[in-house]
Amino acid sequence: MMNSIILNAATRLVVALLLLFSVFMLLRGHNLPGGGFIGGLIGATGFVLHSIAMGAQATRDTLRYEPQNIAMIGLGIALAAGVFAVFFGDAFFTGQWWFAGADPADPDDKGIPISSVLVFDIGVYLVVFGSLLTLVLALEEEV
Amino acid sequence: MSWILASPIIIPFATAVLAFLFRAGPEGRWLSVIGSAALLIASIVLMVEVLDQGVIAAQMGEWAAPFGITLVADLLSAVMVVITGITGLAVAVYALADIDEKKEALGYHALFQVLLAGVCGAFLTGDIFNLYVWFEVMLIASFGLLILGGTKVQLDGGIKYVTLNLISTILFLSGVGLLYGMTGTLNMADLHGAVQRVDNPGLLVVVAVMFMIAFGVKAAVFPLFFWLPASYHTPAFAVSAIFAGLLTKVGVYALIRTFTLIFTTDVPYTHTILLWVAGFTMVTGVLGAAAMNDFRRILSFHIVSQIGYMILGLALFTPLAIVGAVFYLVHHIIVKANLFLVAGVAERIAGSTDLDRIGGLYRYAPFLGLLFLIPAFSLAGFPPLSGFWAKYVLIKASLDAEGYLIAGVALAVGLLTIYSMTKIWGNAFWKPHPDGVEPRLSRLPGKDRAAFLSPIAALAILTCIIGFFPEPFVQFAERSAAQLLDPTDYITAVLGEPVIAPVAAEPVATQPVSVELTSGEPVTPTREVQQ
Repeated sequence: MMNSIILNAATRLVVALLLLFSVFMLLRGHNLPGGGFIGGLIGATGFVLHSIAMGAQATRDTLRYEPQNIAMIGLGIALAAGVFAVFFGDAFFTGQWWFAGADPADPDDKGIPISSVLVFDIGVYLVVFGSLLTLVLALEEEV
Repeated sequence: MSWILASPIIIPFATAVLAFLFRAGPEGRWLSVIGSAALLIASIVLMVEVLDQGVIAAQMGEWAAPFGITLVADLLSAVMVVITGITGLAVAVYALADIDEKKEALGYHALFQVLLAGVCGAFLTGDIFNLYVWFEVMLIASFGLLILGGTKVQLDGGIKYVTLNLISTILFLSGVGLLYGMTGTLNMADLHGAVQRVDNPGLLVVVAVMFMIAFGVKAAVFPLFFWLPASYHTPAFAVSAIFAGLLTKVGVYALIRTFTLIFTTDVPYTHTILLWVAGFTMVTGVLGAAAMNDFRRILSFHIVSQIGYMILGLALFTPLAIVGAVFYLVHHIIVKANLFLVAGVAERIAGSTDLDRIGGLYRYAPFLGLLFLIPAFSLAGFPPLSGFWAKYVLIKASLDAEGYLIAGVALAVGLLTIYSMTKIWGNAFWKPHPDGVEPRLSRLPGKDRAAFLSPIAALAILTCIIGFFPEPFVQFAERSAAQLLDPTDYITAVLGEPVIAPVAAEPVATQPVSVELTSGEPVTPTREVQQ
């Protein structure tokens, strides 16, 4: 933990930006560079910065949930996204797509594509986010 | 089909998530038991399906082979998954009494289930890179289990374990990369055909040896076994039991799989190396065991020596020898896990695993004595227990192959195994306890006693069943060996139609064309390097 006013003030802004950017990277990842893994890393960076500025305990309070639980829930979400295909009679991990508000007559109109692939990526995001913070917070408390 | 194959992986992962979230209370350990029971049921369903239909395969996410990840189960994979289910359930029940609340709060049950998922994944995958991923999953989970509790000895063992295993995975990954560069595929069934078309067989042998070293570290063969006796005696007994039963056997499985399916292009060379490795592994393991004076350390060295027998089966590469290797693999997992479980009970009631500091178990806990004798005699190869048939088949196979020296070595190692088993028996069971303690089973609370003894008894009964009625098991091993030596079914199940008709004249004509079409680009650079 560093007692610096400049860092403290900047952190509040930067953490919010980093979290926003991490969600952007997560959503962008299906067709472009990005995705759950990178998004999770960026999101965790935000909280790592927070813990450097405010101390590990303050970060734990801000997170509310233990980071290792977040990681495990992420694993559960990723698994559920794979198992979801069972309801449609497909193989494990087959992507399921729903084009919200698409016009069935127009093949080019995809509406808003929502998929189990995105759910899987959100799971990966949480696994990376949670496990990285578990490690970093444990290391900071050790020192 | 897809779900039958995927469920032995899905169930432990789902159990791990739940068990971790409920790790603070008693729900976690029961979730682990229920999850392991579900895994056993899923594995039996898989086995029934494989017995019924032959080799089954499924493409995950419906990405067709050889591009996507394939899960395949032939008889060997199926039986390994069933054995994982059996040992998993036994150890999960045993852990009810063996694992304290501190370790539970750190997530023991979740790590245990992730380990089971990794092991099942490694047995079921049909993709060599995916196999690497499962090895990593196992490595992470097993490292966590090994150091859980955080005593000095554990960290010492854990560091050795993880360092040597990391070297092995790096070699494995490099091997996969080179193989991909030469053939352009990672699907194991596809590789079987693709390696025949590689026009630089020398390089292929080099890659084969890299895989041999990588899996050899995992399987703890001579001279790469140092990490095993350095680490297996340190963690909780439930952990050493599952490690002893399953982890090294994944290495053996991977060796059997790759050296029957992929690297069969230069059998006289590669399998001769394996034969020497098998001999030295048997001898050094058993000599190490003879020199030790600790219950678990003796057993750890025995794992090494027993691995030698399985590698011997693979190295001889005759149908009968493969039968022996498969039979040995199945028998060994049950027996070895059981011996570690017995060691745990002995430590709990007599106070130590150091043979100089315990004794009197036979007088005060004769039932435990019986439960020790069954797996111990089986391990040493006493008729009519399961180990006798396993050794008998292997030694007969080596005599048939005129490997008189290796048959003699195998027999002598069996004798030395009995020697170190009698050392445990004499010191821990016969000799009076040096401190005058009366190690009675009744010193354990009733609940703990049930959780300790029921899995041990169940595994001992299983050993007896295999021993007294070996016929169906040997027949099963024969069918499995036939599948391994003729992978046509395996390849058809994965890739759909037969790749190239197995007529002698035709492939020769099509060979150059197919090289240029399928793997022209990756092959060319290596050829230039060689020239």
